[in-house]
Amino acid sequence: MTSVPTVAPVLDAGSLASQLKELAAGLGIERWDLGAACSTDTSVQVDRGEAKQLKGAQRSSITVRVWNAAGLVGITSTSDLSPAGLARALDGAHAASAYGNADDTPAFSPLATAPLQTLDQPLQEPVGILSLLATLKQAESELLSRHEAISTVPYNGLAQRASDRIYLNSAGACRQQRLSTASLYLYARAEQAGRKPRSSGAVRLAYGASQLDLAGCIDEAAERTISHLDYAPIDTGYYTCVFSPEAFLDLIGAFSSVFNARSVLDGVSLSSRESLGEQLAVPFLSIHDNGLHPGNVGAALFDGEGTPVQRLALVDGGVLRHFMHSEATARVFGVAPTGHAGLGAKVSVGANWLEIGPGSSSSGATGLDRLKADGVVWIDSLSALHAGVKPSQGSFSLPFDGWLIRVGETRSIEAATVAGDIRSVLTSVLGFEGPAKITPAGLCPHVWVEGLSITGDA
Amino acid sequence: MAAGRAAGATLVEVFLESTDHIGLLAEQDRITNVSPAFGKGAGIRVFRGEQDGFVSTNDLSDRGLIAALEQALGMLGLEPSSAARGAFDGLCELRDFGATKNGWLAACPSLGDATSRLLEGTALLDRHGQHLQARRGSYARDWQEVMVAASDGTFARDIRLHQSVGLNALAADGEHRASQGRRYGSTDRPDDLLRWDAEASATDLCASAKAMLHADYVEAGSYPVVLANRFGGVIFHEACGHLLETTQVERGTTPFADQVGSPIAHPAVTAVDEGLSNEAFGSLSMDDEGMEPKRTVLIENGVLKRFLSDRAGELRTGHARTGSGRRQSHAFAAASRMRNTFIAAGPHSPADLIGSVERGLYCKSMGGGSVGPTGQFNFAVEEGYLIENGQLGRPVKGATLIGEAKEVLPRISMCADDLELAAGFCGSVSGSIFVTVGQPHIKVDSITVGGR
Repeated sequence: MTSVPTVAPVLDAGSLASQLKELAAGLGIERWDLGAACSTDTSVQVDRGEAKQLKGAQRSSITVRVWNAAGLVGITSTSDLSPAGLARALDGAHAASAYGNADDTPAFSPLATAPLQTLDQPLQEPVGILSLLATLKQAESELLSRHEAISTVPYNGLAQRASDRIYLNSAGACRQQRLSTASLYLYARAEQAGRKPRSSGAVRLAYGASQLDLAGCIDEAAERTISHLDYAPIDTGYYTCVFSPEAFLDLIGAFSSVFNARSVLDGVSLSSRESLGEQLAVPFLSIHDNGLHPGNVGAALFDGEGTPVQRLALVDGGVLRHFMHSEATARVFGVAPTGHAGLGAKVSVGANWLEIGPGSSSSGATGLDRLKADGVVWIDSLSALHAGVKPSQGSFSLPFDGWLIRVGETRSIEAATVAGDIRSVLTSVLGFEGPAKITPAGLCPHVWVEGLSITGDA
Repeated sequence: MAAGRAAGATLVEVFLESTDHIGLLAEQDRITNVSPAFGKGAGIRVFRGEQDGFVSTNDLSDRGLIAALEQALGMLGLEPSSAARGAFDGLCELRDFGATKNGWLAACPSLGDATSRLLEGTALLDRHGQHLQARRGSYARDWQEVMVAASDGTFARDIRLHQSVGLNALAADGEHRASQGRRYGSTDRPDDLLRWDAEASATDLCASAKAMLHADYVEAGSYPVVLANRFGGVIFHEACGHLLETTQVERGTTPFADQVGSPIAHPAVTAVDEGLSNEAFGSLSMDDEGMEPKRTVLIENGVLKRFLSDRAGELRTGHARTGSGRRQSHAFAAASRMRNTFIAAGPHSPADLIGSVERGLYCKSMGGGSVGPTGQFNFAVEEGYLIENGQLGRPVKGATLIGEAKEVLPRISMCADDLELAAGFCGSVSGSIFVTVGQPHIKVDSITVGGR
């Protein structure tokens, strides 16, 4: 059998800058910037011991942004990094700039040449795809052997990526970051006679396929799937809920427009410009965005405008402290960009990696232990966030997997949704349980919230 | 293809693509984003029996394509043969579905025309709306030229054109908020944006926002539900349609795998998937494997008739191909996917359905939703009204419809005579694709409604 190594891609920032400078001069464009990326991916999926899908991909993309003589901005994106592709992209961006928004024109980030923090992100050599396949077959086999009810692992994948990303501008900024990452996901399906199928799983990330925590992923997928086999319906009503770290991070992430300056300026956030300094949550809750946390595998060192990523206090002591910014929104608010920008004519803003937990002064209720509680709903994972969350309204109604705990007995819930308002959730946090856990989306302990509406067996 | 076959592949398929996209955003009374994009790429798929390897690349040079092929062969344990670098002579004559469409891209609205129409839309929202805090209009034009060649002789080319335009508004009054959206889309009509009825779209949206702004939360429970036509069909698409794709048969995740010929729905239900309706968002001249689409009756009078199948699905499950092999782009291998999917019209009027409900919920407008790996679905109701004694009552918000296809299909007891289709996007194993959903008004005898 042939092992097929992947090739780590490399962008030539100097060459791209030279080409663009020359092409821009030909069009009379004096001011431009560019974001480019390329990657090589390999991935495998298996199905009951056989290869289900083997995939490889070489991708490249570039976004060129130009300022025309009137100072208006236009962009164009392409996958064609050839000189002809660059010329067409530059021409397209120049044409689009005629429709630039004079009321909201981005500029170069003042931090696009500021020093970047160094992270320990070891570049790992990719392994051959047949080696990935053998590893995933073994992982599937082990997971299937954990319980007789686990009949398939219908959603699974082992993937690795080598990538290179740059940001350049006509004022001399030049950022570049190379990364290698790998991911494993295993979602098992368990079925018992006369009962509904149940499914759950686990995910792991690392800088290379050989660093992935396979055993941990198998253990977690098995444990979670098996724990949902003995299920029962839950009565509709109001419950105290304990969110897993993953579930609470998902919920806060879905409402991150609360902290997003772009959304504030667009009038689609629950926050307004005057909200900074307001008490948003219980006084012992803090939320930081920290894309540079060592637990954030594959962290970006700079955002789409070249601004360094940083740790930013969004909520501290329950008070809304800062918004996430691009260059343009930061200029409106009179602050510095925060490293949360994309690259566009209208620049998007988004969170990187959230840290949620107690503040420095107070931690809320102490000694919380869900396994000794009575009448508490433990929410393991939330689904359908794209559909069940109304960020501009604050409301959510989401299906979840979880357990009802009664007098210390834990039993999986058959099917239910949890509904509420994010503003009420933030002021109804009772406290935190256990140490914070590192997840792909951030860092968070279990979070107790009072009085949420659960719809189950109505 | 010659090199692939010589190496021992049972089939080699090459998918070539060129794209040209424009996205526009208008907010309040300004154009705030113009985002053009273009690209080229290839997807090479190699089969060895039922197994396949797939590699995509943006590098269309000879060297790039050969490297992709060799990587795909290597995935299947096949060694490239240095002896075979000649031309492949097994292709049929080119079937050029795009021959009459070469002028489409140039015939699309100019940026100036498109921006004017969008600003017309946001101005109409301002004129018809109350308490509107944010007004948005968006337009997307996706042009795609594709060519498919495979070692079984397949050789076809097509040009696709999809355009969609939408309006969104956020109404706010104190603590009360309501967001509503409307989207319209079509395929294969370059002047489509010019015939968009912005007035009707804005009027309808503003009426919904006004109704929902001060609505109370719905009470959770199990109710009879009447789902409106058009986008109400998203539930059938998500909750049932995906379970009738052979990708689900392959995964073992559909409860209907061995149910062909058996009743799976109420006898009132007939459901169809096709790629033929004129200008519908999911219509195709050929699928992404070069096959002309068929009209596929999925369920007839409650009885499961057949599955949607692609090339790999036919190989692995035995269900014959239906012209349903679809993919977002060259970066995805084709998979069995829906096109225009709808529940067929029935004999009743919408008033008959509402009149038959003593206490229930009318879902006038549906939001998004999802289906879990065990078939459980969950859909948000954007605009809902209580039904009391056969009459529409007050508006309610926060409703979520929860259920499982297997349990809900037998409870669709009445279908009205007002079938309409609506454009949408579907994300799944082969990426995000253009689809149509649709249905007449339908009545579900009982469904769990999540609320407060």
